[in-house]
Amino acid sequence: MNLFNHTPILILAVPLLTAFLIPIIGKINKKTTGILATLALGLSLIMTIVLAAKVLSVGPQVYVFGEKSSLLTLPSGLKFPIRIMFQIDAMGIFMGLITALVSFLGAVYSLAFLDNKDKIDSYYSLLLLLTVSMFGMEFTGDLFNFFVFLEIASMASVSLICYRGADLGEPVEAGFKYMVVSSISALMVLFAVGIFYGEYDVLNIAAIASVVKYSQLDKIALGILVSVLAMKAGAVPMHMWTPDAYSEAPAPITMILVAASQASLYAIFRIVFSMYNITLNTLAVGWIIIILGLLSMFIGVTMAIIQKDIKRLMAYHAISQTGYMLLGVGVGLAVLANPEALKDYGITAMEGGIFHIMNHAMYKGLLFLTAGALFFRTGTRDLNKMGGLAHYMKYTTIFFIIGAAAIAGLPPFNGFASKLLIYESVYKFNPLLSIIAMVVSILTLASFVKVFHSAFLGPKLPQFKEVKEVPRSMVFAMAVLSCIIIFFGLFPDLIVKNLVHPAVMSLIEQLQYTGTVLGGM
Amino acid sequence: MREMSKIIRNVTNLVYGFIIIFGFYIIVHGHLTPGGGFQGGAVVASAFAAMLISYGQLNTKKFLNINIFSLLESCGLTMFIGVAFLGLGTTFFYNFLANSGSWFGNIVIPGINAGDMNTAGVLPLMNIAVGLEVFSGLGIIVLLMADGAEYTKKKEKAENDR
Amino acid sequence: MIGNFPYFAVILLIGCGIYILMFQKNLIKLAIGINLIENGINLFLITLGYRKGAIAPIYTQAPSGQAMVLPTPQALTLTSIVIGVATSALILSMAMMIYKHYGTIEVNEVRRLRG
Repeated sequence: MNLFNHTPILILAVPLLTAFLIPIIGKINKKTTGILATLALGLSLIMTIVLAAKVLSVGPQVYVFGEKSSLLTLPSGLKFPIRIMFQIDAMGIFMGLITALVSFLGAVYSLAFLDNKDKIDSYYSLLLLLTVSMFGMEFTGDLFNFFVFLEIASMASVSLICYRGADLGEPVEAGFKYMVVSSISALMVLFAVGIFYGEYDVLNIAAIASVVKYSQLDKIALGILVSVLAMKAGAVPMHMWTPDAYSEAPAPITMILVAASQASLYAIFRIVFSMYNITLNTLAVGWIIIILGLLSMFIGVTMAIIQKDIKRLMAYHAISQTGYMLLGVGVGLAVLANPEALKDYGITAMEGGIFHIMNHAMYKGLLFLTAGALFFRTGTRDLNKMGGLAHYMKYTTIFFIIGAAAIAGLPPFNGFASKLLIYESVYKFNPLLSIIAMVVSILTLASFVKVFHSAFLGPKLPQFKEVKEVPRSMVFAMAVLSCIIIFFGLFPDLIVKNLVHPAVMSLIEQLQYTGTVLGGM
Repeated sequence: MREMSKIIRNVTNLVYGFIIIFGFYIIVHGHLTPGGGFQGGAVVASAFAAMLISYGQLNTKKFLNINIFSLLESCGLTMFIGVAFLGLGTTFFYNFLANSGSWFGNIVIPGINAGDMNTAGVLPLMNIAVGLEVFSGLGIIVLLMADGAEYTKKKEKAENDR
Repeated sequence: MIGNFPYFAVILLIGCGIYILMFQKNLIKLAIGINLIENGINLFLITLGYRKGAIAPIYTQAPSGQAMVLPTPQALTLTSIVIGVATSALILSMAMMIYKHYGTIEVNEVRRLRG
């Protein structure tokens, strides 16, 4: 029994086992549950890094459940796979790294952040379930399995959004809204899965990719999948749940929810690139994604400027930043059928969009954590009631400056690197798109200057006399994210070459994805 | 919820045990007949719901304890994932008991026959785990919802009196 | 035509569900709408696996040579039903919590988060 071969499943199985054990252990001692969850997520993070090294050096990995060997995708001469399998290529492991890091830091931050101590075991249990379902969405090679993980993710995140809700109305309200949205989107995903199953008799993504014809039914399925997953990712016409859910959840959960909505974004990319690839009308679908991205960017940032609630403001910025990813990848999709343009600027645009996913998870997570730190000490999220907090919370102020500079795209932070990649490549595709993206970036900076001024600057206020720096575990989580932001900002080419470029190539080259399952067809 | 009339309580007394036994029958025969862990668990939980309706929520709490249910639920889930872990010698979720000759390890006979309980490897174990999880989980849901309904009714009454 | 009848039922169920979700303002009715969509999709999946004159796919009770219906969509439907139970329980319990706090389940009167 070589455990090294089982890393793809152990990444999920260890947090899952811990999630089920925590309610039992919580009956004996509630305080240990947090440490146990953190340990499980730390182990999962280490295994993800090991797996990432393996995927990036050896190639895509497959793990088949319940088979005699974990690599046996086509047992006894079958032409298509029948078992559920995990299929992890460079793009999947890229998202997996984000998930592992963000959920680990969220658990560390929660150790000191949570005040409601008697329900703490269910909190950690749900947090682990949410992490597992995100991993599942990113690793799975099976459409129906994806639906199951999507539902688990929505249920776990709804319960976590309502976590503060025993005596308050607003968290439950936000949770209800999110639950309705995510049930509809998950059910519609199931409808699309049904269409694929009725048409091709297979559920495996790679097997569907090898036979997909882009018929009328496939167009309907594509429309359903892209629109409902964009709804789950928080793109603009369907963004109404995002500000509520992000602002009412506890801060570490908000950080993980950002990564969860990016898992839905990943699913859009996976379906469009790996499943359909050049069979579809790439220019039309590419422009649809670009327009979704533009709307998200612009409406998100204009709504953010007028907000007074700090987490609500950041939530609207999350919508706006999602637009950048859709823009970059949409440009790549629009020129997918044109090899010259793809080589000239398409790949760079996609690198920018994909790199922005990781950067956004890092700096938006950091900003939500600083907002959580302000809420932890002052007990308010209203910007008009804050002021002069830089006198009391020095570390939080520094972390906030780093996060705000990164989101506004100032060098030498990571937001600058990915935004520059997007600007210069999108300019070659259509100059207007690039200009809009820059204007949005300037508006982002303006809005964060406002936050910085009203929360941190100004004279010492008498009502905050008792305020002091947040506990050590919260500072640790924020410090790790800040270090990653600065590192990515200083050496962007290292990350792009070793991590982002393989991810982009694994999306573009469909044969590589289907070949790992169907054996070089 | 208040206690209902004597007829309903007596009928519940009569069928309560049978519903639970039927539920467990469905759970343990999950690998031979239609049904399985979830269906059987739902049948068992329906017995709890019948008890709740006929005896009222205060009396039911003497028989059914939420803490024990929540412990059983975690045990069922842990058992399920534990069985999956035991297959890790080959792969996760590997059916290591099937056709092994030991527990649930008989070879399935094709054709029309009555069905052998002692087949299918880890599937019966997983059915039992899921059944345990589902009946305790649904039991918790039913009990907590009854609590919530009681609370809102009290609040409404207090508002009407005021 | 008669063979396509289940698909019309599917469209009707999903359409009713979406109508309820768009135009009704009662939280319990929203839960009913979601359940209607879910039932429509379950019916759709079951219909995909149906074959005329086929029997239930049970290994030890099938005469040899007899056609069986496809078991995979039934497994998918079962999973979807299980998930649907959990979703309904969660939505209804949240509706109860909202009622507990605000004293109403009409969306217009509940709404505090806006803008």
